[in-house]
Amino acid sequence: MTAETIVGAVGKSAEFRTCQFTGLKVDVAAQSLIKANAVAAVIFLLVGGLMGLMVALTRWPAVHLLPAEWFYLVLTGHGANVLLFWIIFFEMAVLYFASAVLLNSRLAAPKFAWLGFVLMIVGAVLTNVAVLQGDSSVMFTSYPPMQAAPNFYLGLILFAVGALIGTAIFFATLVIAKEERTYQGSIPLVTFGALTAAIIAVFTIASGAVILIPTWLWSLGFISYIDPLLYKVVWWAMGHSTQQINVSAHVSLWYMIAALIVGAKPLSEKVSRTAFFMYILFLQLASAHHLLAEPGLDASWKIVNTSYMMYLAVLGSMIHGLTVPGAIEAAQRKNGYNKGVFEWLRKAPWGNPAFAGMFMSLVMFGFIGGISGVVLGTEQLNVLMHNTLYVPGHFHGTVVTGTTLAFMAATYLVLPLIFQREIIWPGLAKLQPYLFGIGAAGISLFMMGAGTLGVPRRHWDISYSDAPLSFAHSAGAFLMMGLNGISAILAALGGAIFIIVVVGTVLFGKKITGGHKLTFPLHQGGGAAVSHYGSHATVKLPGTVVLITLFFTCFVLYYFINWKYLSELWLFR
Amino acid sequence: MAITPPPQRIWWNEPIEKIELIWTIVAFLWGLFMFGFMIAWHFIGQQNLNKEAYRILPSNYEAKVEAFAKKFTVREEQGVPVVKPPAGTDVYILGRLWQWWPILELEKGTSYRIHISTLDWMHGFSLQPVNINISAYPGYEHVITLTPTETGEFGIICNEFCGIGHHVMTGKIYVTDQKRAEVDQRLAAGR
Repeated sequence: MTAETIVGAVGKSAEFRTCQFTGLKVDVAAQSLIKANAVAAVIFLLVGGLMGLMVALTRWPAVHLLPAEWFYLVLTGHGANVLLFWIIFFEMAVLYFASAVLLNSRLAAPKFAWLGFVLMIVGAVLTNVAVLQGDSSVMFTSYPPMQAAPNFYLGLILFAVGALIGTAIFFATLVIAKEERTYQGSIPLVTFGALTAAIIAVFTIASGAVILIPTWLWSLGFISYIDPLLYKVVWWAMGHSTQQINVSAHVSLWYMIAALIVGAKPLSEKVSRTAFFMYILFLQLASAHHLLAEPGLDASWKIVNTSYMMYLAVLGSMIHGLTVPGAIEAAQRKNGYNKGVFEWLRKAPWGNPAFAGMFMSLVMFGFIGGISGVVLGTEQLNVLMHNTLYVPGHFHGTVVTGTTLAFMAATYLVLPLIFQREIIWPGLAKLQPYLFGIGAAGISLFMMGAGTLGVPRRHWDISYSDAPLSFAHSAGAFLMMGLNGISAILAALGGAIFIIVVVGTVLFGKKITGGHKLTFPLHQGGGAAVSHYGSHATVKLPGTVVLITLFFTCFVLYYFINWKYLSELWLFR
Repeated sequence: MAITPPPQRIWWNEPIEKIELIWTIVAFLWGLFMFGFMIAWHFIGQQNLNKEAYRILPSNYEAKVEAFAKKFTVREEQGVPVVKPPAGTDVYILGRLWQWWPILELEKGTSYRIHISTLDWMHGFSLQPVNINISAYPGYEHVITLTPTETGEFGIICNEFCGIGHHVMTGKIYVTDQKRAEVDQRLAAGR
């Protein structure tokens, strides 16, 4: 079977340009799609980010910005816009980049890809309209029996169909590239990571269809009852797996940015690829993370699923946590920064927003999002934080400091490479990842702190001032919410600068033509790093060893601290 | 580089860096330990969530809770009955828009079979400041055996979004010492 029979009769006459930095052939159709998806992503980031700021300012007891109705409405919109629309539009751009561009190939069926894009836009707008009309404030998770307007679900379904088309285009492009021999040997590691993301996306979207289509019919009155527990099991097979798409995508981008900026080369292809493969095999079990405090589910089911089958998917992430900084250290040492344990890190290109954002994403995803995720997903420990603000604290650690920061960092490479524009206001861009990263880290940590003190999530008034039976959280909880508000302002500032820089660059940035000052990687010779594995030429990586030892120590300590907390609770069985 | 195909075509035969091997083994063993510890806690720990649950019509559950409250009510607070069940018996609590009903008075160190369910939407049973958080569903009656280990006044808040009144949804549990006379005196003095 040829690629043509798979993707339909498509002409082979694609138009290409040659990238002046990397020498890669770039399919112009793929380039336009990457641009369109990236722009759409940024627009939804703007909308969702603003909503997020309003949520945080309302949760700040001293400010308490919005009235209750608006708070719940905006919170629903915040989830859909940033968790789904911003991230998945960007991921579509990543998929097209990792297939057509990195493989020197033409993109399969660009017209279908545009159809997918239009469906995603229509879906995202439809859901937003439904939310803003005010009768769909059901939160992003839309647990029944609470019901939203039919268009809320329909929009999500259309969006998912569009994303599925984009994923199919990615697979078809891989087939074409292989058939037309546009590359030698195996696909690059970054494409392999994107393939991982795409495979998980298929599972995710299928789960979404299984649950959202019946729910839509239920909202139209064709189905009388949706079991809330069943809904939660299946919905989270979509909801949590979406986040695994993000993990695969942003880990791929870590490798990509490290390669482009410092010339990092994977320590070993085998180990990094196996780590991605672990994701494909085990990450989808995470639906159980949301069902640990539910009635009627067996402990053995919970333990196997919540641990991704004995933490084998966590193992994948922990491996990337070594190999990404390890590859950077090896490259930097080859680049000449070989003094002591940490010269490679001290003299890393911290002024380059792509690198700074990427490295902060790596560190924070591991320390904040990763560790808290394992603790939260431990069968018994979950009862300490289930549905408290700890949960959003955790996933802002993964999705904001991890995924979003990595996507922002990648954007600083997309602008010169794909849009071929010079970044306007580079000084502002330099500052951006720090503002956003520190703000987002604050959001995560302070929400986790508040959750540990019992503050509930999705809650308008933690002073319970209108409740007939009063309750008061400790003063520490209020302090945490104030700090969370300040962090959110910081992150919003970083987000605003990002959007201004991106939009400004796309519209007004100087067009890049030949002989430009940018170089990829920054230091020649980086590409040759660790060219022979396991030989005497292998670079020692003491800095990375220190980093992962620190990480592991924090992980173990925090894990046992929480068991200590648990053991002090009332007894229940 | 990670953005180009592997330079050596047979990359799966390349030796692995020592540091990668050591870290993979450490991480794998740590994963195994954490997996085993969840199982172990079922034997060594005192905090494990029971899976016992029954399907029930929400209206039937409501009737059960009302019958229970009627039987053991000792006083009222803000129009909500305060229910003091005998030690070790079945205790019912109902989540509905927007309250946890009724108020319970339990004894420290005594085990109760606590039934939790809801009448309308999903709610979150969040016992504070103890910080025990359990999801409650309409149509599912969840039974846990709970033993309070401290005395005092505890709040139940709702931490599953349940509409516009979510933030006023609260409840209360009093835990008293087993020496009742003393406790009653203290409570009388306190009010």
